Amino acid sequence: MTTEQSAAAHTGTDVVLEARGVTKHFPVRRTGGDVLARRRRTVHAVDDVSLKLRRGTVTALVGESGSGKSTVARLLARLYPLTAGEIQLGGEAVGAGRGRSFRTYVKQVQLIFQDPFASLNPVHTVRYHLTRALKIHGRAGDGDADLQKSLAALLERVQLTPPHQFLDKFPHELSGGQRQRVAIARALGADPQVLLADEPVSMLDVSIRLGVLNLLRDLKERLHLAILYITHDIASARYFADTTLVMYAGRIVEGGDSETVTQHPAHPYTQLLIASAPDPDRVADEEAQEEAGSGEPPSLITPPDGCRFHPRCPKAMERCRTEPPPRFDLADGQWAACWLYDGAEGQEAGK
Amino acid sequence: MTAEPILTISGLNVDYGTGPTGVHALRDVDLTLHRGEVLGLAGESGSGKSTLAYAVTRLLSPPGVITGGDVHYHRPGAGPVDILSLSPDALRAFRWQELSIVFQGAMNSLNPVHTVHSQLTDVLKAHRPAMRSAERTARAEELLTLVGISRDRLTAYPHQLSGGMRQRVMIAMALALEPEIVIMDEPTTALDVVMQRQILRQLVRLREQLSFSVVFITHDISLLIEFSDRIAIMYGGRIVEQAGASEIYRDPRHPYSEGLLHSFPALHGPRRELTGIPGTPPHLSAMPAGCAFHPRCGKAHDPCADQIPVLARPEAGQDREVACWLHTRPA
Repeated sequence: MTTEQSAAAHTGTDVVLEARGVTKHFPVRRTGGDVLARRRRTVHAVDDVSLKLRRGTVTALVGESGSGKSTVARLLARLYPLTAGEIQLGGEAVGAGRGRSFRTYVKQVQLIFQDPFASLNPVHTVRYHLTRALKIHGRAGDGDADLQKSLAALLERVQLTPPHQFLDKFPHELSGGQRQRVAIARALGADPQVLLADEPVSMLDVSIRLGVLNLLRDLKERLHLAILYITHDIASARYFADTTLVMYAGRIVEGGDSETVTQHPAHPYTQLLIASAPDPDRVADEEAQEEAGSGEPPSLITPPDGCRFHPRCPKAMERCRTEPPPRFDLADGQWAACWLYDGAEGQEAGK
Repeated sequence: MTAEPILTISGLNVDYGTGPTGVHALRDVDLTLHRGEVLGLAGESGSGKSTLAYAVTRLLSPPGVITGGDVHYHRPGAGPVDILSLSPDALRAFRWQELSIVFQGAMNSLNPVHTVHSQLTDVLKAHRPAMRSAERTARAEELLTLVGISRDRLTAYPHQLSGGMRQRVMIAMALALEPEIVIMDEPTTALDVVMQRQILRQLVRLREQLSFSVVFITHDISLLIEFSDRIAIMYGGRIVEQAGASEIYRDPRHPYSEGLLHSFPALHGPRRELTGIPGTPPHLSAMPAGCAFHPRCGKAHDPCADQIPVLARPEAGQDREVACWLHTRPA
């Protein structure tokens, strides 16, 4: 089965988790000068981010470091309170409470971290990690036999077979890929509807990354999960995700079907990102990309006015410096937050 | 590209620790760097690629020991220099002057309590004692401009620079004495793709200007294919394949090279199912017998499990080498 077919067959339409205008500002520690100037500075880590995670689909969130993509994952996992905006789970707004409402939420929405060396406790066995997840979320069943069965099922689900070989291992006895699989099994222990995977493969050896991505895709298909795949590698987003969102300096600048976004990037930032990605097929068109833009992401304490990409953008117009661009819908469900696509003038400029 | 060698490594062996607990990190590594060439060294963690860089520069610290082999540097118009037997003084003069290294973490390679100026001029102070202070500053400014940083950043401290700029400062420092060889150990791994490409492009330009040779170490083989002239692929402490970059890409001979190439999803072309390589890289203390790759290899056959394949030309007359029993017959 090819990727396209499987994606088409399983793409659900029902939204499980939705973010609406989610914003997060972190306060900056005030220096003496700030106090004297009566200045309060904040890091605009995430501004006005809206996204929908649908059942049985993988949504990729692509961006450079510091673009706020991990903050989005943590906001969706409710590890941080929101500055503004709303998160809806299954159509209902979720509050900021901790306690019981938080636990019901976490049961549905599980987070997988980047570094499996750090996210597993080195003094506990695989059995402990998984049992704890099952017990906390009330899925340990009655008695030891049920528990053993659930543990074995979890490990089989992440292809750590035979399970008894892994249950009593400590994290240091496992390889990076196996550790990440344990972390995934632990997340599945809650029987969630949504998996938030924050760079799940970037710490792993290259030869085993695809194994973990293929496992996640298999889980998505079998368990009908909604997966948010956070990555800096846009080629892996094309491979693994159904839809792709591109984030720059705290805002989502482009979104759409992964194939469309990677083959016909609309936003100049996405174009720059794709031109920069290593690509063995590219031969000698180095010079052609010189104009794609350079420079570095802006400070998020004092983000540029208007479009945040305008200081680096080769196609910046006067308007980009003052007004932040809204979403403009393009063909095939693709959209871009870029003034190039405002009405007729954009039709030409995008070519 | 001329075929004149500038650095030859032959039969290099490196162990970590000695006695029964020691592990072999590098085994019988033969490698030649030619003048003006970018040699890519690819491999996963634990394959020995960084150990090779450290051994060649004699930066290997205990418990690492070089247990055998030779490393020769061929100075233009002079006889070969045996790097492994250089006296401490000669070694000090050799480093930076003839061969420099750029480390992986630019964040950690710069001293946080010294300005860029004092760190750049430090190299000059040590190697060019006759240079005057004003000349050193001028040279430091020139170096910064060379790597695309404005000269007013000379007085900045490392924390005032972004990751990309810090890495550029490290490259500037490596080029300060115009060495013949620059070894780069994952120079861009900690950077974003956009910055990575800018730095690599700059490096290509600098190499054209200053004509040094580069050993470029990374795990990202798709980057190497684009950027280097020749690629050596390491696995389990040995070089398993060595060929021109486009040959590796179009026609990989070793199953590991092939698997590695298929571990990177393509950005263009048809979307296809990729599998990576089954299993996990071997641990140095439990290296499989025979070919180190055979437990993960789909094409493993009889001799693979107990005979170590030798690096040899698959067909006579070709300028490439592969260590695999599929291409060479066991003796």
